[in-house]
Amino acid sequence: MSGKEVFYQGNEACAEGALYAGCRFFGGYPITPSTEVAELLSRRLPKVGGAFIQMEDEIAAMASIIGASLVGKKSLTATSGPGMSLKLENLGFACITEVPCVILNVMRGGPSTGLPTGPSQSDVMQAKWGTHGDHPAIVLTPASVQEIFNETVRAFNISERLRTPVILLTDEIIGHMREKIVIPEKGELEIWDRPRPDCPPEEYLPYDTSKGIVPPMADFGSGYRFHVTGLNHDASGFPTNKPSLVEPEEERLMAKVTENLDMIEKYEYFQKDGAKVGVMAFGSSARSAKAAIKQAQEEGIPVDLLRPVTLWPYPEGPTIEMAGRVDTIVVPEMNLGQMINEVQRCIEGRAKVVGVNRVDGDPITPENILQKIREVV
Amino acid sequence: MAFNYDQYMRPGKLPHIWCPGCAHGTVMKAIIRAIDRVGLEKDRTVIVSGIGCASRMPGYVDFNTLHTTHGRSLAFATGVKMADPSLNVICVAGDGDSLAIGGNHFIHACRRNIDITMIVFNNNIYGMTGGQFSPTTPHGRLASTTPYGNPDYAFDVAELSMGAGATYVSRGTVYHAVPLERQIADGITHNGFSVIDALCTCPTTYGRRNKLGSPIDMILWFKDNTVGIKAAQKLSPEEMEGKILTGVFRNDIKPEYCEEYQKIVEMAQGG
Ligand SMILES: Cc1ncc(C[n+]2csc(CCOP(=O)(O)OP(=O)(O)O)c2C)c(N)n1
Ligand code: SF4
Repeated sequence: MSGKEVFYQGNEACAEGALYAGCRFFGGYPITPSTEVAELLSRRLPKVGGAFIQMEDEIAAMASIIGASLVGKKSLTATSGPGMSLKLENLGFACITEVPCVILNVMRGGPSTGLPTGPSQSDVMQAKWGTHGDHPAIVLTPASVQEIFNETVRAFNISERLRTPVILLTDEIIGHMREKIVIPEKGELEIWDRPRPDCPPEEYLPYDTSKGIVPPMADFGSGYRFHVTGLNHDASGFPTNKPSLVEPEEERLMAKVTENLDMIEKYEYFQKDGAKVGVMAFGSSARSAKAAIKQAQEEGIPVDLLRPVTLWPYPEGPTIEMAGRVDTIVVPEMNLGQMINEVQRCIEGRAKVVGVNRVDGDPITPENILQKIREVV
Repeated sequence: MAFNYDQYMRPGKLPHIWCPGCAHGTVMKAIIRAIDRVGLEKDRTVIVSGIGCASRMPGYVDFNTLHTTHGRSLAFATGVKMADPSLNVICVAGDGDSLAIGGNHFIHACRRNIDITMIVFNNNIYGMTGGQFSPTTPHGRLASTTPYGNPDYAFDVAELSMGAGATYVSRGTVYHAVPLERQIADGITHNGFSVIDALCTCPTTYGRRNKLGSPIDMILWFKDNTVGIKAAQKLSPEEMEGKILTGVFRNDIKPEYCEEYQKIVEMAQGG
């Protein structure tokens, strides 16, 4: 990748990635450890003709980005666990109304106020199931500062193309760590915009899927007048409770994700000949896992690694593949065992699954993981 | 010639969900006439609401309309307005929607002085959920969750708005539909945050329980129990006892939020 080399913090990389993707609106409410995103964008957005607003709370921040997106602006909000809890109601609104937007959750310890400056990975299930009702979830978990930049761009791209909110799930460690990264030249990374209608305004139906699973989306104020509601609605956007319309709508929201896995799924997988152990790790725990695997290798223990970059939908295929090769899968995560359930669900007993867990505010170390690897071989 | 509401209505979206005798329709019509009076373009106008009987209003009218989550209309509307300050943004909300769950957004929109017009359909009750008390239910009144009389004290919407910094504040009633229309029109043309406290009636869940008579009786009640602020100056405290003040309480000029932000954009780009 050509481009400008910079020494960036993870949160800064998210803000810069957002600008690169074309984000022109940020609505937020300060919370550690995500605040740098708001601070940087309050400086940078007006320079590019965008808008920054510090709202009265996270509920309002989430609402404001949906409002701005309806006017056609790519929009971002950034928060941490307690704020994410507040955003969930309106996250569901963005799901059912199909309004693109990106939400960064820099995870910290919890529940409640928890550990404001301590890292955690305990919002992974909230990211999938937090808001009420059945709904799709697209959640990306970068593990380095460069990846935060790139995945932020990808989050906007997916969000626009599928008209759905996308969650970026990082944690205090990578949010605050600094690394050298390359900011790609303009045009180097592809930027996608939402599908917009080309029919005459009188014919526009905001949820008409006759030409594809993702309906074109007009900007408020552009001459296409339409209605948006969080109620179940028909193709015209107006409320309906007809079973024959409600169920297909719900199923289509899910299908936008399941039928576009090629675009959404991303993971790193490496297999070592003769491995009896595999590790499934994501985000900052994956960094420790890589160090642990390297050390294990030096001790003569080959280990497979699966690192989901897209956490939801979870990469089932690669997990099953790994389970077919190894006897045991080690799942290190900074929570008391959330993703481990997903691994178990996928592999249906094809391998043993053991966790390495920590919720004391300290990262899971390579040593923690190595010890478990040694234990299971 | 009678006013032609059809030009602003969405064909096929009627009948509305409101009960016979509900005064929300009167407020909706005042809003439509006000929009017509000031000449807003349909394509350049966004009407935002939360959840409640009042909040169903945007579905019936032919603008860019956004029916959001309970209490949050102003937060959505703020994003809309900031994203394109040239749009006309109007919020409609019930008293529960705007002042209970939405109370925080309400006071902060007042404080920011963003150019949004907020019309509170104030019927003193939660209509949609069946008549629980709201922040404007008077002390002592009956509601489905105050079977022994309301222990809470009510907000005065106008005083709250002024205290929080709104720059246009008025109160009208559905009995005084023409002055109400004028206030809404003034609120729309006012450059800053405007609050119109539109006193209306819910005969179904509030009137019935409090024995306030027929829907017409409830509307006529406003005739005898409200006093315009000019007329009030000539009345003694005894004569004012129990009366509700109506009229324009504040119409101030103060820098508008999006215009202030535009200055920031220019500063950031110049420097
Ligand atoms: C988060 C949330 N809490 C509660 C409700 C239930 N609810 C729907 S409408 C409403 C109150 C409506 O009252 P008001 O805003 O005064 O409007 P009205 O129906 O009287 O016009 C409530 C509590 C909801 N929809 N969402
Ligand atoms: S319940 Fe009350 S507010 Fe709701 S439509 Fe009926 S009369 Fe109107």
